[in-house]
Amino acid sequence: MKITRFLKTIFMLDFLSGLLIAIKEIFKEKKTINYPFEKGKISPRFRGEHALRRYPNGEERCIACKLCEAVCPAQAITIESTERSDGSRKTTRYDIDMMKCIYCGLCEESCPVDAIVQGPNFEFSTETREELYYNKEKLLDNGDRWESILSANIRADKAYR
Amino acid sequence: MIEYLNIIFLETYKILFLLVPVLTAVAMIVWLDRRVWAFVQKRRGPNVVGPFGLFQSLADALKYLFKEIIIPASSNKIIFILAPVVTMTLALIAWAVIPFNENFVIADINVGILYIFAVSSLGVYGIIMGGWASNSKYPFLGAIRSAAQMVSYEVSIGVIIINVLLCVGSLNLTDIVLAQENLWFVIPLFPMFVIFFISALAETNRPPFDLPEAEAELVAGYQTEYSGMMYAMFWLGEYANILLMCALGSILFLGGWLSPIDAFPFNFIPDSLWLIFKMLFLFILFALVKAIVPRYRYDQLMKLGWKIFLPLSLIWVVITASYLFYFDLLPENKL
Repeated sequence: MKITRFLKTIFMLDFLSGLLIAIKEIFKEKKTINYPFEKGKISPRFRGEHALRRYPNGEERCIACKLCEAVCPAQAITIESTERSDGSRKTTRYDIDMMKCIYCGLCEESCPVDAIVQGPNFEFSTETREELYYNKEKLLDNGDRWESILSANIRADKAYR
Repeated sequence: MIEYLNIIFLETYKILFLLVPVLTAVAMIVWLDRRVWAFVQKRRGPNVVGPFGLFQSLADALKYLFKEIIIPASSNKIIFILAPVVTMTLALIAWAVIPFNENFVIADINVGILYIFAVSSLGVYGIIMGGWASNSKYPFLGAIRSAAQMVSYEVSIGVIIINVLLCVGSLNLTDIVLAQENLWFVIPLFPMFVIFFISALAETNRPPFDLPEAEAELVAGYQTEYSGMMYAMFWLGEYANILLMCALGSILFLGGWLSPIDAFPFNFIPDSLWLIFKMLFLFILFALVKAIVPRYRYDQLMKLGWKIFLPLSLIWVVITASYLFYFDLLPENKL
Protein backbone atom coordinates (compact mmCIF):
# COMPACT_ATOMS: atom_id res chain seq x y z
CA MET A 1 0.00 0.00 0.00
CA LYS A 2 2.66 2.45 1.05
CA ILE A 3 4.89 1.41 -1.82
CA THR A 4 2.18 2.02 -4.43
CA ARG A 5 1.53 5.39 -2.86
CA PHE A 6 5.25 6.18 -3.00
CA LEU A 7 5.54 5.11 -6.63
CA LYS A 8 2.47 7.16 -7.50
CA THR A 9 4.09 10.21 -5.94
CA ILE A 10 7.47 9.65 -7.58
CA PHE A 11 6.07 9.21 -11.08
CA MET A 12 3.33 11.81 -10.49
CA LEU A 13 0.70 9.41 -11.81
CA ASP A 14 -2.23 11.32 -10.31
CA PHE A 15 -0.95 14.51 -11.83
CA LEU A 16 -0.47 12.90 -15.25
CA SER A 17 -3.96 11.39 -15.26
CA GLY A 18 -5.30 14.80 -14.30
CA LEU A 19 -3.41 16.35 -17.18
CA LEU A 20 -4.84 13.74 -19.54
CA ILE A 21 -8.38 14.52 -18.38
CA ALA A 22 -7.70 18.23 -18.88
CA ILE A 23 -6.51 17.61 -22.44
CA LYS A 24 -9.58 15.48 -23.17
CA GLU A 25 -11.90 18.16 -21.79
CA ILE A 26 -10.42 20.75 -24.13
CA PHE A 27 -11.96 19.05 -27.15
CA LYS A 28 -15.38 18.50 -25.64
CA GLU A 29 -18.41 20.63 -26.38
CA LYS A 30 -18.52 23.94 -24.54
CA LYS A 31 -21.06 24.29 -21.77
CA THR A 32 -21.33 28.07 -22.01
CA ILE A 33 -22.98 30.13 -24.74
CA ASN A 34 -21.57 33.03 -26.68
CA TYR A 35 -23.70 35.46 -24.70
CA PRO A 36 -24.29 38.72 -26.51
CA PHE A 37 -24.64 36.82 -29.78
CA GLU A 38 -26.37 33.73 -28.46
CA LYS A 39 -28.94 33.69 -25.72
CA GLY A 40 -30.19 30.95 -23.48
CA LYS A 41 -33.79 29.74 -23.51
CA ILE A 42 -36.09 31.60 -21.14
CA SER A 43 -39.08 30.03 -19.39
CA PRO A 44 -42.53 31.62 -19.89
CA ARG A 45 -42.51 32.24 -16.15
CA PHE A 46 -39.32 34.28 -16.32
CA ARG A 47 -39.55 37.38 -14.15
CA GLY A 48 -37.76 40.13 -16.00
CA GLU A 49 -38.57 43.75 -16.78
CA HIS A 50 -42.05 44.93 -15.87
CA ALA A 51 -44.73 45.96 -18.36
CA LEU A 52 -48.28 47.29 -18.16
CA ARG A 53 -50.56 45.64 -20.68
CA ARG A 54 -53.54 46.91 -22.65
CA TYR A 55 -56.71 45.30 -23.95
CA PRO A 56 -56.78 44.65 -27.70
CA ASN A 57 -58.89 47.78 -28.16
CA GLY A 58 -56.18 49.92 -26.65
CA GLU A 59 -57.76 50.41 -23.22
CA GLU A 60 -55.41 50.07 -20.25
CA ARG A 61 -56.00 46.91 -18.28
CA CYS A 62 -55.02 48.39 -14.93
CA ILE A 63 -58.04 49.23 -12.74
CA ALA A 64 -55.98 50.85 -9.96
CA CYS A 65 -57.00 48.28 -7.35
CA LYS A 66 -53.56 48.76 -5.78
CA LEU A 67 -53.21 45.08 -4.90
CA CYS A 68 -49.72 45.06 -6.38
CA GLU A 69 -48.76 48.13 -4.37
CA ALA A 70 -50.04 46.42 -1.23
CA VAL A 71 -48.36 43.08 -1.88
CA CYS A 72 -45.01 44.45 -3.00
CA PRO A 73 -42.53 43.34 -0.32
CA ALA A 74 -39.96 45.93 -1.34
CA GLN A 75 -42.58 48.69 -1.59
CA ALA A 76 -41.25 49.59 -5.00
CA ILE A 77 -44.66 50.42 -6.52
CA THR A 78 -46.46 53.76 -6.11
CA ILE A 79 -49.97 54.21 -7.51
CA GLU A 80 -52.30 57.22 -7.59
CA SER A 81 -55.74 57.05 -9.16
CA THR A 82 -58.83 59.12 -10.02
CA GLU A 83 -62.22 58.48 -11.50
CA ARG A 84 -62.27 59.03 -15.20
CA SER A 85 -65.10 60.93 -16.95
CA ASP A 86 -66.76 57.65 -18.03
CA GLY A 87 -66.92 56.50 -14.40
CA SER A 88 -64.09 53.93 -14.51
CA ARG A 89 -61.23 54.06 -12.04
CA LYS A 90 -57.86 54.53 -13.71
CA THR A 91 -54.33 55.28 -12.55
CA THR A 92 -52.85 58.72 -12.92
CA ARG A 93 -49.49 57.52 -11.68
CA TYR A 94 -47.91 54.10 -11.76
CA ASP A 95 -44.26 54.16 -10.75
CA ILE A 96 -41.92 51.26 -10.14
CA ASP A 97 -38.54 51.84 -8.60
CA MET A 98 -36.63 49.15 -10.47
CA MET A 99 -33.76 49.35 -8.01
CA LYS A 100 -35.99 48.56 -5.05
CA CYS A 101 -37.74 45.77 -6.94
CA ILE A 102 -36.61 42.29 -5.99
CA TYR A 103 -38.26 40.63 -8.99
CA CYS A 104 -40.34 38.28 -6.82
CA GLY A 105 -43.30 38.32 -9.21
CA LEU A 106 -45.93 38.93 -6.52
CA CYS A 107 -47.32 41.98 -8.36
CA GLU A 108 -47.93 39.85 -11.41
CA GLU A 109 -49.63 37.15 -9.35
CA SER A 110 -51.81 39.55 -7.39
CA CYS A 111 -53.09 41.38 -10.46
CA PRO A 112 -56.72 40.43 -11.13
CA VAL A 113 -56.67 41.66 -14.74
CA ASP A 114 -53.17 40.59 -15.84
CA ALA A 115 -52.19 44.22 -16.24
CA ILE A 116 -48.78 44.33 -14.55
CA VAL A 117 -46.59 41.52 -15.81
CA GLN A 118 -42.92 40.69 -15.83
CA GLY A 119 -41.65 40.08 -19.30
CA PRO A 120 -38.72 38.10 -20.72
CA ASN A 121 -36.43 41.14 -21.02
CA PHE A 122 -33.51 41.17 -18.61
CA GLU A 123 -31.19 43.48 -20.54
CA PHE A 124 -32.37 46.87 -19.35
CA SER A 125 -29.31 48.10 -17.50
CA THR A 126 -28.78 51.84 -17.66
CA GLU A 127 -25.97 54.28 -17.08
CA THR A 128 -27.82 56.45 -14.61
CA ARG A 129 -29.99 55.74 -11.60
CA GLU A 130 -32.77 58.03 -12.80
CA GLU A 131 -33.44 55.89 -15.84
CA LEU A 132 -34.47 53.04 -13.57
CA TYR A 133 -37.36 54.94 -11.96
CA TYR A 134 -40.03 53.61 -14.31
CA ASN A 135 -43.22 55.59 -14.72
CA LYS A 136 -46.57 54.68 -16.25
CA GLU A 137 -45.60 55.86 -19.70
CA LYS A 138 -42.48 53.70 -19.77
CA LEU A 139 -44.33 50.66 -18.43
CA LEU A 140 -47.15 50.99 -20.99
CA ASP A 141 -44.55 51.41 -23.70
CA ASN A 142 -42.91 48.20 -22.55
CA GLY A 143 -46.29 46.49 -22.64
CA ASP A 144 -46.89 47.59 -26.23
CA ARG A 145 -43.43 46.51 -27.30
CA TRP A 146 -43.52 43.04 -25.75
CA GLU A 147 -47.29 42.34 -26.04
CA SER A 148 -47.06 39.38 -28.42
CA ILE A 149 -44.53 37.56 -26.22
CA LEU A 150 -46.29 38.54 -22.99
CA SER A 151 -49.66 37.20 -24.06
CA ALA A 152 -48.05 34.03 -25.41
CA ASN A 153 -46.28 33.54 -22.08
CA ILE A 154 -49.47 34.01 -20.09
CA ARG A 155 -51.26 31.49 -22.31
CA ALA A 156 -48.39 29.01 -21.94
CA ASP A 157 -48.40 29.30 -18.17
CA LYS A 158 -52.19 29.39 -17.72
CA ALA A 159 -52.52 25.66 -17.03
CA TYR A 160 -50.32 25.89 -13.96
CA ARG A 161 -51.92 28.92 -12.33
CA MET B 1 32.20 59.33 -34.03
CA ILE B 2 30.08 58.19 -36.96
CA GLU B 3 31.23 54.64 -36.38
CA TYR B 4 30.24 54.90 -32.74
CA LEU B 5 26.76 56.18 -33.63
CA ASN B 6 26.44 53.41 -36.15
CA ILE B 7 27.09 50.79 -33.49
CA ILE B 8 24.55 52.37 -31.15
CA PHE B 9 22.00 52.46 -33.95
CA LEU B 10 22.63 48.84 -34.87
CA GLU B 11 22.36 47.66 -31.28
CA THR B 12 19.17 49.63 -30.70
CA TYR B 13 17.74 48.11 -33.85
CA LYS B 14 18.67 44.64 -32.62
CA ILE B 15 17.15 45.26 -29.20
CA LEU B 16 13.92 46.56 -30.71
CA PHE B 17 13.90 43.57 -33.03
CA LEU B 18 13.88 41.36 -29.95
CA LEU B 19 11.78 43.38 -27.49
CA VAL B 20 8.85 44.16 -29.75
CA PRO B 21 8.22 40.48 -30.57
CA VAL B 22 8.73 39.54 -26.92
CA LEU B 23 6.19 42.09 -25.71
CA THR B 24 3.75 41.06 -28.42
CA ALA B 25 4.30 37.44 -27.43
CA VAL B 26 3.60 38.34 -23.82
CA ALA B 27 0.28 39.86 -24.84
CA MET B 28 -0.51 36.77 -26.90
CA ILE B 29 0.34 34.29 -24.16
CA VAL B 30 -1.89 36.11 -21.70
CA TRP B 31 -4.66 35.44 -24.18
CA LEU B 32 -3.49 31.84 -24.68
CA ASP B 33 -3.35 31.30 -20.93
CA ARG B 34 -6.92 32.49 -20.41
CA ARG B 35 -8.11 30.57 -23.43
CA VAL B 36 -6.54 27.23 -22.41
CA TRP B 37 -7.83 27.70 -18.89
CA ALA B 38 -11.32 28.36 -20.22
CA PHE B 39 -11.21 25.40 -22.61
CA VAL B 40 -10.26 22.95 -19.87
CA GLN B 41 -13.25 24.20 -17.89
CA LYS B 42 -15.45 23.93 -21.02
CA ARG B 43 -15.85 27.68 -21.23
CA ARG B 44 -15.12 29.81 -24.28
CA GLY B 45 -12.67 32.33 -22.89
CA PRO B 46 -11.97 35.68 -24.52
CA ASN B 47 -13.25 35.37 -28.11
CA VAL B 48 -14.78 38.71 -29.02
CA VAL B 49 -11.96 41.19 -29.68
CA GLY B 50 -10.36 40.37 -33.02
CA PRO B 51 -10.13 36.90 -34.57
CA PHE B 52 -10.59 34.30 -31.80
CA GLY B 53 -10.24 37.14 -29.32
CA LEU B 54 -6.54 37.49 -30.13
CA PHE B 55 -6.55 41.23 -29.46
CA GLN B 56 -8.07 40.87 -26.00
CA SER B 57 -4.75 41.70 -24.31
CA LEU B 58 -4.32 44.80 -26.45
CA ALA B 59 -7.80 45.94 -25.48
CA ASP B 60 -6.95 45.27 -21.83
CA ALA B 61 -3.71 47.22 -22.15
CA LEU B 62 -5.63 50.13 -23.66
CA LYS B 63 -8.07 49.98 -20.78
CA TYR B 64 -5.24 50.03 -18.24
CA LEU B 65 -3.72 53.05 -19.99
CA PHE B 66 -6.87 55.08 -19.45
CA LYS B 67 -7.37 54.00 -15.84
CA GLU B 68 -6.44 56.25 -12.99
CA ILE B 69 -3.27 55.39 -11.11
CA ILE B 70 -4.05 55.47 -7.42
CA ILE B 71 -1.10 55.88 -5.07
CA PRO B 72 -1.97 55.12 -1.43
CA ALA B 73 -1.45 58.12 0.85
CA SER B 74 0.63 56.18 3.36
CA SER B 75 2.84 54.48 0.78
CA ASN B 76 6.47 55.20 0.09
CA LYS B 77 5.77 56.87 -3.22
CA ILE B 78 9.15 56.60 -4.90
CA ILE B 79 9.56 52.90 -4.19
CA PHE B 80 5.89 52.31 -4.93
CA ILE B 81 6.31 53.72 -8.42
CA LEU B 82 9.71 52.11 -8.92
CA ALA B 83 8.57 48.55 -8.09
CA PRO B 84 6.64 47.71 -11.27
CA VAL B 85 9.34 49.41 -13.35
CA VAL B 86 11.99 47.22 -11.72
CA THR B 87 9.91 44.09 -12.20
CA MET B 88 9.32 44.74 -15.88
CA THR B 89 12.84 45.89 -16.64
CA LEU B 90 14.36 42.84 -14.99
CA ALA B 91 11.95 40.55 -16.81
CA LEU B 92 12.95 42.10 -20.12
CA ILE B 93 16.74 42.48 -19.78
CA ALA B 94 17.13 38.75 -19.20
CA TRP B 95 16.13 38.25 -22.84
CA ALA B 96 19.44 39.76 -23.94
CA VAL B 97 21.23 36.42 -23.71
CA ILE B 98 18.52 34.12 -25.06
CA PRO B 99 19.72 32.80 -28.43
CA PHE B 100 16.98 32.45 -31.04
CA ASN B 101 19.32 30.77 -33.46
CA GLU B 102 23.01 30.29 -33.84
CA ASN B 103 23.61 33.91 -34.83
CA PHE B 104 20.76 35.90 -33.35
CA VAL B 105 21.54 36.77 -29.75
CA ILE B 106 21.96 40.33 -28.50
CA ALA B 107 24.71 39.66 -25.97
CA ASP B 108 26.69 36.50 -26.64
CA ILE B 109 28.42 36.55 -23.26
CA ASN B 110 30.25 33.53 -21.93
CA VAL B 111 28.38 33.49 -18.60
CA GLY B 112 24.89 33.73 -20.11
CA ILE B 113 23.28 31.30 -17.73
CA LEU B 114 24.74 33.07 -14.70
CA TYR B 115 23.45 36.35 -16.06
CA ILE B 116 19.92 34.97 -16.37
CA PHE B 117 20.18 33.51 -12.92
CA ALA B 118 21.35 36.80 -11.43
CA VAL B 119 18.61 38.77 -13.15
CA SER B 120 15.86 36.40 -12.13
CA SER B 121 17.14 36.53 -8.53
CA LEU B 122 16.92 40.31 -8.67
CA GLY B 123 13.30 39.90 -9.79
CA VAL B 124 12.40 39.31 -6.15
CA TYR B 125 13.26 42.93 -5.43
CA GLY B 126 10.49 44.27 -7.61
CA ILE B 127 7.96 42.26 -5.69
CA ILE B 128 9.39 43.06 -2.25
CA MET B 129 9.54 46.75 -3.10
CA GLY B 130 5.95 46.69 -4.32
CA GLY B 131 4.74 44.83 -1.25
CA TRP B 132 6.65 46.88 1.26
CA ALA B 133 6.06 50.31 -0.27
CA SER B 134 2.30 49.75 -0.42
CA ASN B 135 2.26 49.94 3.39
CA SER B 136 -0.71 47.66 3.64
CA LYS B 137 -1.07 44.19 5.12
CA TYR B 138 -2.04 42.05 2.14
CA PRO B 139 0.70 43.29 -0.19
CA PHE B 140 3.20 42.91 2.63
CA LEU B 141 2.24 39.31 3.37
CA GLY B 142 2.16 38.52 -0.33
CA ALA B 143 5.60 40.00 -0.86
CA ILE B 144 7.07 38.04 2.06
CA ARG B 145 5.58 34.82 0.77
CA SER B 146 6.77 35.53 -2.74
CA ALA B 147 10.31 36.36 -1.65
CA ALA B 148 10.66 33.24 0.49
CA GLN B 149 9.21 31.09 -2.26
CA MET B 150 11.35 32.48 -5.07
CA VAL B 151 14.54 32.25 -3.04
CA SER B 152 13.82 28.64 -2.05
CA TYR B 153 13.10 27.45 -5.54
CA GLU B 154 15.95 29.36 -7.08
CA VAL B 155 18.29 27.14 -5.09
CA SER B 156 16.99 23.95 -6.67
CA ILE B 157 16.88 25.56 -10.12
CA GLY B 158 20.51 26.49 -9.67
CA VAL B 159 21.46 22.93 -8.77
CA ILE B 160 19.48 21.60 -11.73
CA ILE B 161 21.31 23.96 -14.04
CA ILE B 162 24.60 22.57 -12.67
CA ASN B 163 23.51 19.19 -14.05
CA VAL B 164 23.16 20.64 -17.50
CA LEU B 165 26.40 22.60 -17.22
CA LEU B 166 28.27 19.43 -16.26
CA CYS B 167 27.18 17.90 -19.55
CA VAL B 168 28.01 21.00 -21.58
CA GLY B 169 31.16 22.40 -20.05
CA SER B 170 30.19 25.99 -20.86
CA LEU B 171 27.97 28.71 -19.39
CA ASN B 172 27.19 30.18 -22.79
CA LEU B 173 23.59 29.51 -23.85
CA THR B 174 24.54 29.04 -27.50
CA ASP B 175 27.07 26.37 -26.47
CA ILE B 176 24.44 24.71 -24.30
CA VAL B 177 22.14 24.38 -27.29
CA LEU B 178 24.91 23.21 -29.63
CA ALA B 179 25.90 20.52 -27.11
CA GLN B 180 22.44 19.00 -27.58
CA GLU B 181 22.84 18.39 -31.30
CA ASN B 182 22.94 14.61 -30.86
CA LEU B 183 20.78 14.16 -27.79
CA TRP B 184 18.48 16.63 -26.06
CA PHE B 185 19.20 16.81 -22.36
CA VAL B 186 15.56 16.08 -21.61
CA ILE B 187 16.26 12.38 -22.24
CA PRO B 188 19.27 11.70 -19.96
CA LEU B 189 18.20 14.30 -17.40
CA PHE B 190 14.45 13.69 -17.51
CA PRO B 191 13.85 13.83 -13.72
CA MET B 192 15.72 17.11 -13.64
CA PHE B 193 13.51 18.46 -16.42
CA VAL B 194 10.41 17.64 -14.37
CA ILE B 195 11.85 19.28 -11.27
CA PHE B 196 12.94 22.27 -13.34
CA PHE B 197 9.43 22.63 -14.70
CA ILE B 198 7.84 22.50 -11.25
CA SER B 199 10.43 24.87 -9.82
CA ALA B 200 9.78 27.23 -12.72
CA LEU B 201 6.10 27.22 -11.77
CA ALA B 202 7.06 28.19 -8.23
CA GLU B 203 9.62 30.72 -9.42
CA THR B 204 7.06 32.57 -11.53
CA ASN B 205 4.30 32.37 -8.89
CA ARG B 206 2.09 30.24 -11.09
CA PRO B 207 -0.53 27.87 -9.73
CA PRO B 208 -0.22 25.55 -7.77
CA PHE B 209 2.35 27.84 -6.15
CA ASP B 210 0.49 31.13 -6.54
CA LEU B 211 0.41 31.77 -2.81
CA PRO B 212 1.72 35.34 -3.14
CA GLU B 213 -1.38 36.23 -5.12
CA ALA B 214 -3.82 33.85 -3.44
CA GLU B 215 -7.09 35.65 -4.05
CA ALA B 216 -8.98 34.02 -1.24
CA GLU B 217 -6.43 34.95 1.41
CA LEU B 218 -4.47 37.94 0.20
CA VAL B 219 -6.78 39.70 -2.29
CA ALA B 220 -4.05 39.98 -4.93
CA GLY B 221 -0.87 39.83 -2.86
CA TYR B 222 1.71 42.47 -3.67
CA GLN B 223 -0.44 43.84 -6.51
CA THR B 224 -3.36 44.77 -4.27
CA GLU B 225 -2.67 48.51 -4.08
CA TYR B 226 -1.65 48.88 -7.72
CA SER B 227 -3.91 50.18 -10.43
CA GLY B 228 -3.85 51.32 -14.01
CA MET B 229 -0.66 51.07 -16.02
CA MET B 230 1.44 50.19 -12.97
CA TYR B 231 -0.63 47.07 -12.42
CA ALA B 232 -0.32 46.27 -16.12
CA MET B 233 3.46 46.57 -15.84
CA PHE B 234 3.53 44.07 -12.99
CA TRP B 235 1.44 41.79 -15.13
CA LEU B 236 3.66 42.21 -18.17
CA GLY B 237 6.72 41.53 -16.05
CA GLU B 238 5.16 38.41 -14.60
CA TYR B 239 4.24 36.98 -17.98
CA ALA B 240 7.59 38.00 -19.49
CA ASN B 241 9.18 36.01 -16.66
CA ILE B 242 6.99 33.03 -17.44
CA LEU B 243 7.96 33.23 -21.08
CA LEU B 244 11.60 33.52 -20.06
CA MET B 245 11.30 30.38 -17.96
CA CYS B 246 9.75 28.60 -20.96
CA ALA B 247 12.65 29.78 -23.12
CA LEU B 248 15.16 28.66 -20.51
CA GLY B 249 13.48 25.27 -20.21
CA SER B 250 13.57 24.74 -23.95
CA ILE B 251 17.19 25.89 -24.22
CA LEU B 252 18.46 23.83 -21.30
CA PHE B 253 16.51 20.65 -21.93
CA LEU B 254 14.64 20.68 -25.24
CA GLY B 255 17.49 21.56 -27.56
CA GLY B 256 16.74 25.27 -28.06
CA TRP B 257 16.40 26.08 -31.74
CA LEU B 258 17.44 22.59 -32.92
CA SER B 259 14.83 20.63 -34.84
CA PRO B 260 13.93 17.25 -33.32
CA ILE B 261 15.02 15.30 -36.41
CA ASP B 262 17.60 16.66 -38.82
CA ALA B 263 15.61 15.56 -41.87
CA PHE B 264 13.75 17.33 -44.69
CA PRO B 265 10.35 18.48 -43.39
CA PHE B 266 11.78 19.38 -39.99
CA ASN B 267 14.98 21.20 -40.82
CA PHE B 268 13.13 23.21 -43.47
CA ILE B 269 11.39 25.16 -40.69
CA PRO B 270 13.52 28.14 -39.57
CA ASP B 271 15.55 27.62 -36.39
CA SER B 272 13.97 30.38 -34.32
CA LEU B 273 10.53 28.96 -35.10
CA TRP B 274 11.55 25.70 -33.42
CA LEU B 275 12.46 27.58 -30.27
CA ILE B 276 9.09 29.33 -30.38
CA PHE B 277 7.29 26.00 -30.81
CA LYS B 278 9.10 24.56 -27.81
CA MET B 279 8.34 27.62 -25.71
CA LEU B 280 4.71 27.39 -26.74
CA PHE B 281 4.61 23.72 -25.80
CA LEU B 282 6.02 24.49 -22.36
CA PHE B 283 3.67 27.43 -21.92
CA ILE B 284 0.62 25.35 -22.79
CA LEU B 285 1.80 22.91 -20.11
CA PHE B 286 2.02 25.86 -17.71
CA ALA B 287 -1.53 26.85 -18.61
CA LEU B 288 -2.87 23.29 -18.32
CA VAL B 289 -1.28 22.89 -14.91
CA LYS B 290 -2.93 26.12 -13.83
CA ALA B 291 -6.29 24.67 -14.79
CA ILE B 292 -5.99 21.31 -13.03
CA VAL B 293 -4.19 21.77 -9.74
CA PRO B 294 -5.35 23.16 -6.40
CA ARG B 295 -3.10 25.56 -4.51
CA TYR B 296 -0.40 24.26 -2.17
CA ARG B 297 -0.35 25.10 1.50
CA TYR B 298 2.63 27.26 2.43
CA ASP B 299 4.40 24.68 4.61
CA GLN B 300 3.90 22.07 1.86
CA LEU B 301 5.47 24.45 -0.62
CA MET B 302 8.53 24.96 1.58
CA LYS B 303 8.76 21.25 2.31
CA LEU B 304 8.65 20.44 -1.40
CA GLY B 305 11.35 22.96 -2.17
CA TRP B 306 13.84 22.29 0.61
CA LYS B 307 13.25 18.68 1.63
CA ILE B 308 12.49 17.04 -1.71
CA PHE B 309 13.69 19.05 -4.69
CA LEU B 310 16.97 20.28 -3.25
CA PRO B 311 18.25 16.86 -2.04
CA LEU B 312 16.96 15.18 -5.20
CA SER B 313 18.72 17.58 -7.53
CA LEU B 314 21.89 17.44 -5.41
CA ILE B 315 21.90 13.64 -5.61
CA TRP B 316 21.38 13.90 -9.33
CA VAL B 317 24.38 16.21 -9.62
CA VAL B 318 26.49 13.50 -7.96
CA ILE B 319 25.02 10.85 -10.27
CA THR B 320 25.61 12.93 -13.40
CA ALA B 321 29.12 13.85 -12.38
CA SER B 322 30.02 10.26 -11.48
CA TYR B 323 28.58 8.94 -14.71
CA LEU B 324 30.41 11.47 -16.84
CA PHE B 325 33.64 10.90 -14.96
CA TYR B 326 33.43 7.09 -14.96
CA PHE B 327 32.68 6.82 -18.67
CA ASP B 328 35.14 9.59 -19.45
CA LEU B 329 32.46 11.73 -21.10
CA LEU B 330 33.41 15.00 -19.43
CA PRO B 331 33.42 17.85 -21.98
CA GLU B 332 36.78 19.51 -22.48
CA ASN B 333 37.05 22.72 -20.56
CA LYS B 334 35.78 25.45 -22.88
CA LEU B 335 35.93 28.28 -20.35
